[in-house]
Amino acid sequence: MIVWQMLRFAFGGLAANKVRSALTMLGVLIGVAAVILLLAVGNGSSVAVKNSITALGTNSLTVSSSNLRGSATAAKPLTVKDAKALAEAQAPAIKSVAPVVTTSGTALYGDISHAPGSIVGTYPAYFETANQKVAKGDYFSNDDVLNSRKVAVIGSTTATQLFATEDPVGKRIVVGGTPFTVTGVLQTKGSSGFNDPDDVVIAPLPTVQNAFTGFGSVNQILVQASSADATTEAQAEISRVLLGAHAIADPAKADFRISNQTSLLTARESTTKTFTVLLGAVAAISLLVGGIGITNIMLVTVTERTREIGIRKALGAPRVAILGQFLTESTLLSVIGAGLGVAAGLLGARFTIVGITPVVIPESVVGAFAIAVAIGLFFGSYPANRAAALRPIDALRHE
Amino acid sequence: MPNKPPVIQLRGVAKRYGYGDATVHALRGPDGRDGTPLGVSLDIAEGDFVAVMGSSGSGKSTLMNILGCLDVPSSGRYLLDGIDVGHLDEHQLSLVRNRKIGFIFQSFNLVPRTTALAQVELPLAYAGVRAAERRRRALAALDRVGLAERAGHKPNELSGGQQQRVAVARALVTAPAMLLADEPTGNLDSRSTDEVLTIIEGLNRTGRTVVLITHEDEVAQRAKRVIRLVDGAIASDVRQDAPQGVAV
Repeated sequence: MIVWQMLRFAFGGLAANKVRSALTMLGVLIGVAAVILLLAVGNGSSVAVKNSITALGTNSLTVSSSNLRGSATAAKPLTVKDAKALAEAQAPAIKSVAPVVTTSGTALYGDISHAPGSIVGTYPAYFETANQKVAKGDYFSNDDVLNSRKVAVIGSTTATQLFATEDPVGKRIVVGGTPFTVTGVLQTKGSSGFNDPDDVVIAPLPTVQNAFTGFGSVNQILVQASSADATTEAQAEISRVLLGAHAIADPAKADFRISNQTSLLTARESTTKTFTVLLGAVAAISLLVGGIGITNIMLVTVTERTREIGIRKALGAPRVAILGQFLTESTLLSVIGAGLGVAAGLLGARFTIVGITPVVIPESVVGAFAIAVAIGLFFGSYPANRAAALRPIDALRHE
Repeated sequence: MPNKPPVIQLRGVAKRYGYGDATVHALRGPDGRDGTPLGVSLDIAEGDFVAVMGSSGSGKSTLMNILGCLDVPSSGRYLLDGIDVGHLDEHQLSLVRNRKIGFIFQSFNLVPRTTALAQVELPLAYAGVRAAERRRRALAALDRVGLAERAGHKPNELSGGQQQRVAVARALVTAPAMLLADEPTGNLDSRSTDEVLTIIEGLNRTGRTVVLITHEDEVAQRAKRVIRLVDGAIASDVRQDAPQGVAV
């Protein structure tokens, strides 16, 4: 019953200064909303990175030529022969090998023209290694590669650009003057960065070499390890085979690079973690500032109501009752502020912020609310204690 | 009344402010043989109506604060209703204020933004009385001062006299041992003064002990006993048996 009384007194106190109470709550609201929202943005970008790791395929390795600086003995470029060597080597950790050439050009369908992000020439193994699945139609086959058939699998963005709502499978498109028959459309992977992985035309390697790049070197060799755990082993095997094929004795002088997509993205993920922590810290500071706002306003309130405190004490209010009344008031400020802050944070998280879809961390909601309430108690205790410690005689004399 | 113990017993109560040469005796009583103050000694019997008079600086406010347990004496003993108040801690003092004393202040001292009913309920709320009982007693007290129909009004919707009557209702609602009124009519016009004093007299007639501090002779004349303070000591203590126009 006395608790109910305190709540009533506290509500009365807050209602007496509506604008002031609302502004103080706003401080807490902004703090809580900032914590929830900024952590959600940080988490959202980290989730996006995780997704793109899975999209890439966790057990794929990329071999590329490393003749960046013009050394005296020009590095041997990677060739289809290297890929064949890898595929035929006694290497249990290597599951499949796909040499890749990339180029660019313009695709035409009827009078619609579109320049896809990349035109890739490769082997069917590429699809599995790069985690590319067809949504419609089918992949091209090894037979298509051997016969240099003019067939292509296109990405979902490319399909929309060229065909709109039409079914592309079986249609003919002209890429760089060569007609291709579309055999399949890939599943949408979703953008993970600056380039759209869905804006692509994939065709058999010899077809692309014949039409665009010529039969020289390949850009990369995509290797699929037998499992995600075997990537290190596979890396060693690739190194051994290619050093042999290029006749290099010293591994330090290797003219190729093996990069592991997963490790690259893990590095990126740790960057986003730092980013999340920084955002959280900024938000926590704003929550702290909101808490100080509560102390400030409660100190003003106590000073303003010194006389009222004196009256209550003269009427026999025990110390706890006064302490409770002002503590309830400050806690109400923080509870209502934090409640509205949670609502604002969750609402804000429904929108895409600077290209990142925020993913709310449930713990951050509970945590921010709890911290805000604790802040109300903590920052309210100093003014409340001051009120409770007032001597009734001094409080009554206060004008 | 001689059979009952006094409600208030002051024994050598003195109040000093400051230290050393700067010491000020707000309440000193008569000087002893060696010149040190002996403090004020005073008995007030149950059912009495005492007016304490004195010019400002005479120590009447200090006496009132000590009687009301708002301040503690520097030396001496104060027994209120048989309880030695000097030995109580802050929490116990708040209980004493709540149960034993009803305050009426010069400046009304109502809690702002609170209805008359809630004002009167306040001391009961601090005493932990249940809501229904609280309401019943508060309404009875308001009825007693003739403001039952104003129960829902806030202080700023009441006249000065009405506000003071709410304060009287608030003071009497806990059935305290003593009503302590500090210049209760100081801020009121003559008609409201009369109203409030009539209510206080009525309360006294039903057995309530009243201590009223004032500097107005007309107010003091309505009391049964008048104590004059000069320079922190009792200068005269007169019992006036037939207060003007009021039958005892």
